[in-house]
Amino acid sequence: MLKTRIIPCLDVKDGRTVKGINFVDLRDAGDPVALAKAYDAQGADELCFLDITASHEGRGTMLDVVRRTAEQCFMPLTVGGGVRSAADLVQLLRSGADKVAINSAAVANPAVITECAAKGGSQAVVVAIDARKSGDTWEIFTHGGRQPTGIDAVEFAAEAERRGAGEILLTSMDKDGTKSGYDIPLLKAITETVSIPVVASGGAGSAQDLAPAVLEGGANAVLAASIFHFGEVTLAEARQALADAGAPVRPFET
Amino acid sequence: MTTLALIDYGSGNLHSAERALRAAASLAGSDIVIDVTSNAGRVARADRIVLPGVGHFADCAAGLRAVDGMTDTLEAAVISGGKPFLGICVGMQLMAEWGLEDGKTPGLGWIAGDVRRIEPDKGLAVPHMGWNGLVLQQDHPVLKNLGDDPHVYFTHSYAMVPANQADIAATADYGGPITAAVARDNLFGTQFHPEKSQRVGLRLLANFLNWDPS
Repeated sequence: MLKTRIIPCLDVKDGRTVKGINFVDLRDAGDPVALAKAYDAQGADELCFLDITASHEGRGTMLDVVRRTAEQCFMPLTVGGGVRSAADLVQLLRSGADKVAINSAAVANPAVITECAAKGGSQAVVVAIDARKSGDTWEIFTHGGRQPTGIDAVEFAAEAERRGAGEILLTSMDKDGTKSGYDIPLLKAITETVSIPVVASGGAGSAQDLAPAVLEGGANAVLAASIFHFGEVTLAEARQALADAGAPVRPFET
Repeated sequence: MTTLALIDYGSGNLHSAERALRAAASLAGSDIVIDVTSNAGRVARADRIVLPGVGHFADCAAGLRAVDGMTDTLEAAVISGGKPFLGICVGMQLMAEWGLEDGKTPGLGWIAGDVRRIEPDKGLAVPHMGWNGLVLQQDHPVLKNLGDDPHVYFTHSYAMVPANQADIAATADYGGPITAAVARDNLFGTQFHPEKSQRVGLRLLANFLNWDPS
């Protein structure tokens, strides 16, 4: 049986993690490679790096972070942030990423999804959707959630699938940062529309918040940042809470 | 000194496979040299051969056939020469007779059967992406000591359907059994990615490095 993936997400700027990180026994808490190794040892099912670097130099540093992580962590690695073209995708895959998340560029020009899938294969293409409730539907926002687009999130998810995306990374802008649980109605709307895997993101505040995303929302994976970084929830606790609720998880002995 | 040829034909998981094979060699206590190469002569001289692969069957088949002399060399080294061979993901699928992804593309024809789109019922997502348990179908040296209930990382929309059940080394349950590994004589192939399957994956690669099928 396929298991629910638990995916810690690290925001990286100019080669350093930027959201608060509070790992016990970690000498340099800002080094994304050291953090990746710590999550690897705890049995994370996959890692996600979100590159929020603005500068050109920072991009090169990010590629180096991906390379060094891939040398030491033998697990799936998704990298997103600032991916604009198939050339960006190829560069990240060559550095050691397994999947590349495309956000603003895919919304601005969906043909980018087609190009990336043709170049790297569908399994390497994740379309990241940031959505906010707008009346009875959900609207896509880009540029880190600042820019409304007028595009319907459910319709766009279906288009992303048609164009060859292998996975949707779905972030609720309403829930992000609230620690009040994932946006179940949004998840349901998307997972009932597409047949590709969907990763739930935004809102996890406790280990108990994870299972509803899977069991009610239909997500294949749960992504979270701060609950893991601050040590509020360990990966073992996350696995246990999912298993207790009836969502299958991978057995992992630390 | 023994060498392993890791075939470079433009596959996306080449470097991940290289890094994991180096780690596996250290785990296996082996001083094998990993030679990443697109040179058929060097493949012919290697003691073991690994064919990675990711993405599209037809693209990978075309990529492999575009390397001068490579398919003939593989035929001679693996089928006639009996060298231990490991295919990973599409590198495993290429052992089949045919790939049915966007038309019908011939594979290497080493394992009778086709590579077909997986069509799980019960609303299961495709690609089959994530960690799934291995159900061992053969008592095979490459699948030894993987621990209780070993889980490995899959990401694929197509899977091999071997004509002979005896060629299936392991399956995974995804709305029914799908082929997770194939094995016959000196051939071994994994649909999943051992290079991305943490300790279980490194152990499997280490087993391959120590495997003597002769």
